[in-house]
Amino acid sequence: MNGNTPVLALKGVSKRFGPVQALTDVDFDIHNGEVVALVGDNGAGKSTMVKTIAGIHTADEGQILFEGREVKISHPTDATNLGIATVYQDLALCDNLDVVENLYLGREEVGGNGLGSVVRPLDETTMEKRTHELLSRLAVTIVDVRAEVGTMSGGQRQQVAIARSLLGEPKMVMLDEPTAALGVRQTAMVLGLIKRLREEGHAVLVISHNLADVFEVADRIFVLRLGRKAGDFAVGEASQEEVVAAITGAEFGHIEDEPGGNQ
Amino acid sequence: MSAHGGGAAAAAPEVEVAPPRLDLVRRFVQGDLAELRVVLVLAVIWIIFYIQEDRFLSSVNLTNLVLQATAVGLVAVGVVLVLLLGEIDLSVGAVSGLCAAIMAVLAEKEGLSPYLAIAAAVACGAAIGLFQGSVWTRFGIPSFVVTLAGLLAWPGAQLEVLGETGTVNITDTKITGLVSTFYSDTVGWIFAFLAIGAFAAFNLLGRQRRLRQGLSAPPLGQLVIRIVLVAVAMLVAIWILNDDRGLPLAVLILGGFVLLFFYITTKTTFGRHIYAVGGNAEAARRAGINITRVRIIVFMIASTMAAIGGIMAASRLLAVNQSSGAGDFLLLAIAAPVIAGTSLFGGRGSVWHALLGALVIQSISNGMDLLGLESSVKFIVTGAVLLAAVVVDAIARRQRQAAGRV
Ligand SMILES: Nc1ncnc2c1ncn2[C@@H]1O[C@H](COP(=O)(O)OP(=O)(O)OP(=O)(O)O)[C@@H](O)[C@H]1O
Ligand SMILES: [Mg+2]
Repeated sequence: MNGNTPVLALKGVSKRFGPVQALTDVDFDIHNGEVVALVGDNGAGKSTMVKTIAGIHTADEGQILFEGREVKISHPTDATNLGIATVYQDLALCDNLDVVENLYLGREEVGGNGLGSVVRPLDETTMEKRTHELLSRLAVTIVDVRAEVGTMSGGQRQQVAIARSLLGEPKMVMLDEPTAALGVRQTAMVLGLIKRLREEGHAVLVISHNLADVFEVADRIFVLRLGRKAGDFAVGEASQEEVVAAITGAEFGHIEDEPGGNQ
Repeated sequence: MSAHGGGAAAAAPEVEVAPPRLDLVRRFVQGDLAELRVVLVLAVIWIIFYIQEDRFLSSVNLTNLVLQATAVGLVAVGVVLVLLLGEIDLSVGAVSGLCAAIMAVLAEKEGLSPYLAIAAAVACGAAIGLFQGSVWTRFGIPSFVVTLAGLLAWPGAQLEVLGETGTVNITDTKITGLVSTFYSDTVGWIFAFLAIGAFAAFNLLGRQRRLRQGLSAPPLGQLVIRIVLVAVAMLVAIWILNDDRGLPLAVLILGGFVLLFFYITTKTTFGRHIYAVGGNAEAARRAGINITRVRIIVFMIASTMAAIGGIMAASRLLAVNQSSGAGDFLLLAIAAPVIAGTSLFGGRGSVWHALLGALVIQSISNGMDLLGLESSVKFIVTGAVLLAAVVVDAIARRQRQAAGRV
């Protein structure tokens, strides 16, 4: 990959839900090893943009370029096959299964090739070993990978969900509000994990309402307002005030306290 | 922990934080040690009946008890899988009656070979499950409504199949032999030692494989205790059975199916997907699992096991009539796994619960028969036991939620 071609680029993407224009003519790009924060007020179109990239919605207009090639993403598996992994806000974990079982759900390792596919036994030791390897690579500390996910804290569950998305070695990871509803320490854990993803060279797109988190972890801040691109700031060159102004559409001045981890 | 059947192999969560004694109590109530709980319940029931009537623990009666439990146990195996999905199948009693009637008529009236008659009955069970599962998943009607319709309709089909006499006696020795075949003492002992050896090898090799891969493994002592306990239970069981008529074929059939489905539920991808769908169907769907396929296959398994249970019941009672599969049969088959700790809320349970629960239920029923209690009392007691089991399940679930375990 040469450094100039973005992993993913949107060109003039629009998406309408009946009368609601959720995205209008959005241009966007993201590179390897880059964390881009996607911010905007409620209903600005952030989730719609992520879901369009993830193949849950299809764009009405515009192009999606993956590593410079135009691609059509009309189904979630299209996105997965390209190497785009998504962690949704509800995480989609099975609380009655343990960490290993959740990580490998739907792509279990099986042993003993000779037998038919129905009777082939799961290869638990391989899956457990790789789980340990993946978690330690990501510096995630979960003592017992055979404990049910339902017993774990919100931060640990978020980490499990992110680790799960990495199992297919994706090029790009999208996270929808990964720190919402997390306490200070848990938030720090998840932000640490996001930085780790950047070090590994993944492109990371993070939706967040928490500007403090955004400024801590992101390289760039992409602002949506009423479905339109309202700003694209490099973190070092923008102030929190400017970003808030872009989000709210206010000319300047009146800045409320940053909205914290609502929604 | 029953989700991966490892039992003691998988350390209970939060062991480090909870004081050991409290932790044991918690696991006992919340279901991690449900198997132990139900074994204790069984022991208490046996002691109570033994005090009232010492024939209860005679080898003849215990053998009869096991034979009585096979039909309910086999049906309950399928019910466990349905419960793991968080669903219910109210038609298993009716399906067992209908399929037994089909077998009886084909073998006794139509003169078909008993093997073909049995195969036809089992195939009918599978077809009914395919039909009910498809209607449920296709139209999104709650499974209990679809199977309630089956509960009403299949007995009608059963009457139709049985014809005007309403009863078909079973004389074919191949079919009656399913329950009346007993193996010699030697066969019993050989079987016991083979089973113990297999269990020990399975546990020890599994531990070795984990250690070789650098994974944590239960201490050897703990494993040895497990193996010794299973060995003792096995030897005592064979000793009792040999004291009467010997090891029954019916026990091997029940044990075989329990082992088969234990393997499928805990060691295969399909089994893993059953637990996943029961735990969080949306998560399973997003993980790429074809949840409709899993659901339909599970309903086919439930109806197939119902047919097999019905065949065993017919073999034991030497007849099929209008009341085959009716009465409390359905309730017992659903109550059995629940009593033993399989959750009604889905995602938690084990095929072993079918076996243990069937023994508990049948012990109560058998003991009350022995004491000559009225059927009114029997119904009430069985209902009370089921209610108690469901309440324990609900409490366990609430405690898990309180502890952040949903
Ligand atoms: N499936 C849908 N059908 C109809 N309208 C939708 C759908 N999804 C989103 N919308 C609408 O599109 C607009 C953008 O919604 P979106 O969920 O993308 O906002 P968001 O930026 O993620 O907001 P939040 O911060 O509240 O999560 C909203 O007006 C919303 O009501
Ligand atoms: Mg959103």
